[in-house]
Amino acid sequence: MAKGAASNLLFHGSDWNFETLSRTYDAIETIANDELQLDVYPNQLEIISSEQMLDAYSSVGMPLMYQHWSFGKRFVFEEHLYRKGRRGLAYELVINSNPCITYLMEENTMAMQALVTAHAAFGHNHFFKNNYLFQQWTDASAILSYMEFAKKYITKCEERYGTSEVEVILDSAHALMDQGVFRYRRPPRLSSEKERERARERLEYEEQTYSDLWRTLPHSADGESTKEAAERDASERKKALNLPEENLLYFLEKTSLILEPWQRELLRIVRVIAQYFYPQRQTKVMNEGCATFVHYTIMNRLFDQGRISEGAMLEILHSHSNVVFQPSFDDPRFPGINPYALGFAMMQDIQRICTDPTPEDRDWFPEIAGSGKWRETLIDAWANHRDESFILQYLSPALIRKFRLFLLTDEAGDNYCEVGSIHNERGYETIRTALARNYDVAANQSDIQVVDVDLLGDRHLRLQHNVKNGILLDEASRDATLRHVRHLWGYDVSLAGIDAETDDVLYECSTALDPD
Amino acid sequence: MPNFIDRRLNPKDKSLGNRRRFLKRAREELKRTIKEQIKAGKIADVDAEHRVPMPERGVSEPSFQPSPNSGERQYILPGNHEFSPGDRIPKPSARGGASGSGAGTGESEDDFQFVLSRDEVLDLFFEDLELPDMVKLNLKESVAFKRRRAGFATSGSPTNINVGRTMRNSYGRRIALRRPRRAELAAISEEIAKLEAEQNAGRIHQKRIEALRQELDKLERRRRRIAYVDPVDIRFNRFEPEPLPNASAVMFCLMDVSASMGEREKDLAKRFFVLLHLFLKRRYERIDIVFIRHTDEAGEVDENTFFYSKQSGGTVVSTALEEMLRIIEERYPAREWNIYAAQASDGENSAGDSDLCVSLLHRQVMRLCQYYAYVEIIDERETEIFGTTDNGTSLWRAYRTVDSEWSNFQMTRIARPSDIYPVFRKLFARQPTMQLRN
Repeated sequence: MAKGAASNLLFHGSDWNFETLSRTYDAIETIANDELQLDVYPNQLEIISSEQMLDAYSSVGMPLMYQHWSFGKRFVFEEHLYRKGRRGLAYELVINSNPCITYLMEENTMAMQALVTAHAAFGHNHFFKNNYLFQQWTDASAILSYMEFAKKYITKCEERYGTSEVEVILDSAHALMDQGVFRYRRPPRLSSEKERERARERLEYEEQTYSDLWRTLPHSADGESTKEAAERDASERKKALNLPEENLLYFLEKTSLILEPWQRELLRIVRVIAQYFYPQRQTKVMNEGCATFVHYTIMNRLFDQGRISEGAMLEILHSHSNVVFQPSFDDPRFPGINPYALGFAMMQDIQRICTDPTPEDRDWFPEIAGSGKWRETLIDAWANHRDESFILQYLSPALIRKFRLFLLTDEAGDNYCEVGSIHNERGYETIRTALARNYDVAANQSDIQVVDVDLLGDRHLRLQHNVKNGILLDEASRDATLRHVRHLWGYDVSLAGIDAETDDVLYECSTALDPD
Repeated sequence: MPNFIDRRLNPKDKSLGNRRRFLKRAREELKRTIKEQIKAGKIADVDAEHRVPMPERGVSEPSFQPSPNSGERQYILPGNHEFSPGDRIPKPSARGGASGSGAGTGESEDDFQFVLSRDEVLDLFFEDLELPDMVKLNLKESVAFKRRRAGFATSGSPTNINVGRTMRNSYGRRIALRRPRRAELAAISEEIAKLEAEQNAGRIHQKRIEALRQELDKLERRRRRIAYVDPVDIRFNRFEPEPLPNASAVMFCLMDVSASMGEREKDLAKRFFVLLHLFLKRRYERIDIVFIRHTDEAGEVDENTFFYSKQSGGTVVSTALEEMLRIIEERYPAREWNIYAAQASDGENSAGDSDLCVSLLHRQVMRLCQYYAYVEIIDERETEIFGTTDNGTSLWRAYRTVDSEWSNFQMTRIARPSDIYPVFRKLFARQPTMQLRN
């Protein structure tokens, strides 16, 4: 009997080899497909060493990345922490690509490899493939070849124009990465071959269509009042340039008068990468929650089937509970809300609401409470939500009580913070809304847009910062970043902070006044 | 069945290029930081570790960041035990309110500091300087070799056999191959002898004796086959010839300590010596420093006396040169030592002595010295007058003739601490042509 159970085990001990890896993978896949009904990209599991993991860290987790000193800086920094033992390395790293690439660390024990396979190769993978943000905003099948194109293109530029020439453009572009994404408009799809073709065509077209004649066209001289004309001009040129424009990198790439075609292409590359990562930033809680929920469910199922030994299961549970550990706000270890903890708890909570609801749940979630369809509910949530809407819809009072969440209002001028709501009947709604808003990336990033530029006049680029809740910009980094904008634009740039509610001008700054 | 790829054997250091770019970028910034630190601080402090912050300008990555000290924020925090709505919590410190979101995670990268070791600091400091005519002839020829023990070898000359090693190997091999010991053989032949003695015992004994004889024979053959010391056991001491570069330098510090040299002059002179010493220390394994002070007579003293004690008297510079020659003769033969000399003076000398100095330099000192630096410490007011001209004290004018003749002779005037560094640079800037002495 005992022997029969033992032979059912997927692996023994902590060492792994490719045979146990693949046997375990198959077992996990069966559960993922049949019981959780996950839908994943084909998997590619790659075994890497710790140094390669550090490499991957510093090149923002992409298997292919162009060269830049800032990645080296990150490497030195990460290595410094790792060598001093201040920070461990992740057990895995997963890339939103088709096939989905998962890096497994060679140091992991077999139990960890099983956990990580379930977590990344099925949890994250399913999320990448099915979440609407990823579906609409990223192109998993094209990203790897695009990165290959980007890397080659940048290397080519370095050979042709010199490393430092390329570097200054990339420096400036990196500074604007946060402002280099379309938040509302959907970006066009890309594919590398077409991309290269287009870069070349664009260049040729510009060369062919240049005509000096346009310059000589006479201006229409009407008898309109000058002010009216100026206003009309302004609105016309704004319309022509599609202003206001939230994507600074896009605007500079298309409109800047001083950039060479290859420099525009560099901006485009940085912009595309920023856009590629944008969905990940909006779905941290869901993505990690989904992966954690999937690995937890699959591992428990494997254990129930007698395919994982008790020792291995204890190890798995140990790292699982480390991952979902949420210290209180007054704990010295408190780093903010742990997305793993929150996501996992919410998904378990959905499962509970579906199968074993309390009257309160029936009140709050009439559609799903007691329906028993927790799989369908979760799969639907994973597909159609981002963190903000997910929390807004599914954070239950029970969970607010469990986490003992409370709302703290921090007014910069005051020397105290005020507790707004706590986990009671009156507070649930407020807390849920406030937490959801905290996860709205677009709302939390400074909203900076191009509002006006007179290309025929002084070409002064005017940016506007729509100040929300009175949150201004850090001045030193603001001025430094503005200098980067000026570098790409070539003419003076000014930034005005306008209060979003009152339209008051809160501050103004310009590179024209800047001696540097 | 997924696609497994083992990447562990992929070429390492994928990010080496990035790392190099970063260090290169940081290096220029660090060099500047170090230079600024040195300019501001005491020059003698160069000789130590420096902690430098991650240079701001070169490797900062600015972006539009919300300022923590403005506006209204709402945090959701876990772990409420005692608060009710409306409670007020005092903010911990100036660093914006809630201990929450990101306070613990964001900033650490900016606090990243390099500690540059003393050597790295100096490397940055000296980067493009080189010792003048540093290639001393016998340094270039790379001189004598010394044989140094370096482990063991399987071949060599019989005199170098390492007996201990060899016997240890032989013993191990004998055990491993079960070479019969002499005692075993002796035991068997003794038994044969015993049995033979009881000759009458009959056929059984006969058989036994036969078996023993065969056994003995086998063992003896085995003993012959397995040598006691086999060539494979033998180990030789291995020696490696190690070049012995002429890596010792002696630095002579000559200074006028007569009354005309005040605190200011001595301070400047000291800094000058320190820099020269630092510089030599990087080039040579062993450096001796000889301090010679002089008034109207010269003597070798220790460092403290050299800089801090006073002596009265006139000024006869040639006495110092003579003392230096005597010490070279006595302790530092020019064949084995690289000789550097640095002389500091206010330019005063007793009448007629300057010519003696010049002839001493010409005829003897300059032939022995690798390098001779003369700094004349002058009053700040005098800089404008003497700054560029050949006029000046008798010593200065006399030394000009040496300067024109020997490329390894350098002379400059300094008036304030800030002059030292430029002088230093000028002194050690790469020589355009190298003059070989004969």
